[in-house]
Amino acid sequence: MSSTKYTEYDAYAAEEAAEGRVFDVNGQDWDQVVAGAEDLGDERLVVNMGPQHPSTHGVLRLILTLDGETVDDCRVGIGYLHTGIEKNMEFRTWTQGTTFCTRMDYLAPIFNETAYCLGVEKLLDVTDQVPERAQIIRVMMMELNRISSHLVAIATFGLELGATTVMLNGFIEREYTLDLFEEITGLRMNMAYVRPGGVAQDLPSGALSKIRDYLDRMPKRIQALRKLMDANPVYLARTRDIAYLDLTGCMSLGVTGPVLRATGLPWDLRKSQPYCGYETYDFEVATQDTCDVYGRYLVRMQEMEESLKIVEQCVERLQRVKGPVMIEDKKIGWPAQLAIGADGMGNSPRHIAHIMGTSMEALIHHFKLVTEGFRVPAGQAYSHIESPRGELGAHVVSDGGTRPYRVHFREPSFVNLQATPAMAEGGMVADVIAAVASIDPVMGGVDR
Amino acid sequence: MSSENPEQRAEQGADQLPAQAEEERREQPVARTGMFGARTTGDTSGYGRLVIRQSPKVTAPRPYGGPDGAAEAGEFDEVADELERLLPDFGDAIERVVVHRGELTFFVKRERLLDVARTMRDEPTLRFELCSGVSGVHYPKDEGAELHSVVHLLSITHNRRVRLEATCPDADPHVPSLVPVYPTCDWHERETYDFFGIVYDGHPALTRIEMPDDWVGHPQRKDYPLGGIPVEYRGAEIPPPDERRSYV
Repeated sequence: MSSTKYTEYDAYAAEEAAEGRVFDVNGQDWDQVVAGAEDLGDERLVVNMGPQHPSTHGVLRLILTLDGETVDDCRVGIGYLHTGIEKNMEFRTWTQGTTFCTRMDYLAPIFNETAYCLGVEKLLDVTDQVPERAQIIRVMMMELNRISSHLVAIATFGLELGATTVMLNGFIEREYTLDLFEEITGLRMNMAYVRPGGVAQDLPSGALSKIRDYLDRMPKRIQALRKLMDANPVYLARTRDIAYLDLTGCMSLGVTGPVLRATGLPWDLRKSQPYCGYETYDFEVATQDTCDVYGRYLVRMQEMEESLKIVEQCVERLQRVKGPVMIEDKKIGWPAQLAIGADGMGNSPRHIAHIMGTSMEALIHHFKLVTEGFRVPAGQAYSHIESPRGELGAHVVSDGGTRPYRVHFREPSFVNLQATPAMAEGGMVADVIAAVASIDPVMGGVDR
Repeated sequence: MSSENPEQRAEQGADQLPAQAEEERREQPVARTGMFGARTTGDTSGYGRLVIRQSPKVTAPRPYGGPDGAAEAGEFDEVADELERLLPDFGDAIERVVVHRGELTFFVKRERLLDVARTMRDEPTLRFELCSGVSGVHYPKDEGAELHSVVHLLSITHNRRVRLEATCPDADPHVPSLVPVYPTCDWHERETYDFFGIVYDGHPALTRIEMPDDWVGHPQRKDYPLGGIPVEYRGAEIPPPDERRSYV
């Protein structure tokens, strides 16, 4: 044993990291904290809320300076869920990229995939060649996903304000949506279902009738949620005129999505800059003009109802429109129609019999596409879609190779979260929770 | 450039690839040699003497057209005309203009970025009131302009988008901050600084945002390894992703 002494540097040691007196709140010690704070004779209290606080939608850290019950200063700390998805994507093929980016905003995986795939298709210049059936399936999946995402937004919001009924109801309904995803893609979340050139597989038989059952059930359930919340005096007291952010604030802070639409501006990329054929669907853009938490809630509720309308139109079209769900170009489209087997999604037995038994060329194509992938012409593209949280953009850069040179996601959660201080400062500490919940950030998307 | 084969020629025409003189191409630095990334053993593929040069920087000719890729003057020309009218030294501030895949990109000299962005936001005829964010790209082979800071602007008033790109060399990684014009760039620029090391001059508090405060290095740069360990699967050892064969 050597006798070398070293002192470990601990950046998070309380004495070094903070000035003044520090209280560690572990539960059942409020008396000590209150007594200690009284001793100080200082009204100003710095509260470190998170990153493990249950009301912060994941691992968000808020550093609040309180003067009594009023928030004087609010700072937002993020980065606790950074997983390096953008870096990892640079070391996989273009197709494998969907498997990574679907995990960013884990409540809206279909949107992540679609934004990325639209960017890749734009760079490949094949946007027009994506089959119509694939586009309809994409739209249907996105709208179902919008409903499930908004349901979680409203459910967790209820929970954070202390209403478990809202939480339970929201999550039950979400479960029905996830069942549909499982039926169609084989997975409840992180499906990697949307691929450059189309979608991974066609709808299984019986999926449309399940969606129709869902469409019968959902309007009543949304109505029940509305009945529970829309005019609930406790709910109104916690949400009306809370966390005010007007149009000017939204513009300068880059805020989009339901928060922006609650200021009265009907800005929805599905209408204003349509993609995947959204211009052919009939739906309304939900707006409110209250600029507060309640307005954002109403926008989300109405958006779910509009999404149901779109899903209905999709079901109707899917009955008529048959055909492939992957681009015809064999150099881009995965040569298989994937299928769900006993062990999850994979190449269909028919395809495997084809490449292993009958066609050498098909085997070569399959091998090249799976190991090497396809090449994307050099250049850059920015694709943008309306995710449940706002404008989700993908800045896709290629150097002409088989892997993305750089993919950057403009995550609406990341951008909108910047507005927290603008909403929370000057208000009560209890309203910080409402402000954050009304932005509905998903930390997987914020940190990526 | 142009092929003998009429089919290929038609394809190139459809891609609207800019015609380049052979001499101009030969002056470009070498991007790679050979094929299939074979470096360790003798290349028996027959591509051993292949030399691929970097493509020269593209400048789109007028008319720029619009997002639909039309050949006649469109809304991209409107934006460019307005900017040219409002910036007296347009040619000095804008290094080049690129139109690709229905998107308009202005390569802005970094000293003039703030100026250009302010014009873009404030002039009613341009009115790009929303900034969709800042993204960085690292091109180690682009000598003297290794780091690119890419800004996407959106005009809700006119329903159009434009991209501003400013470059800076690795040796002097400074770009002016856009926070005074677009406050939303606050976190975006912190992120780009965190991942690429681009220092945004004039940013109110340029600190790391995703990585821990005491992290060394900027992970999204191309010279920063991905890391990883080999994994054994059914008796075979699979190398980490950044050591696998890549088909450059």
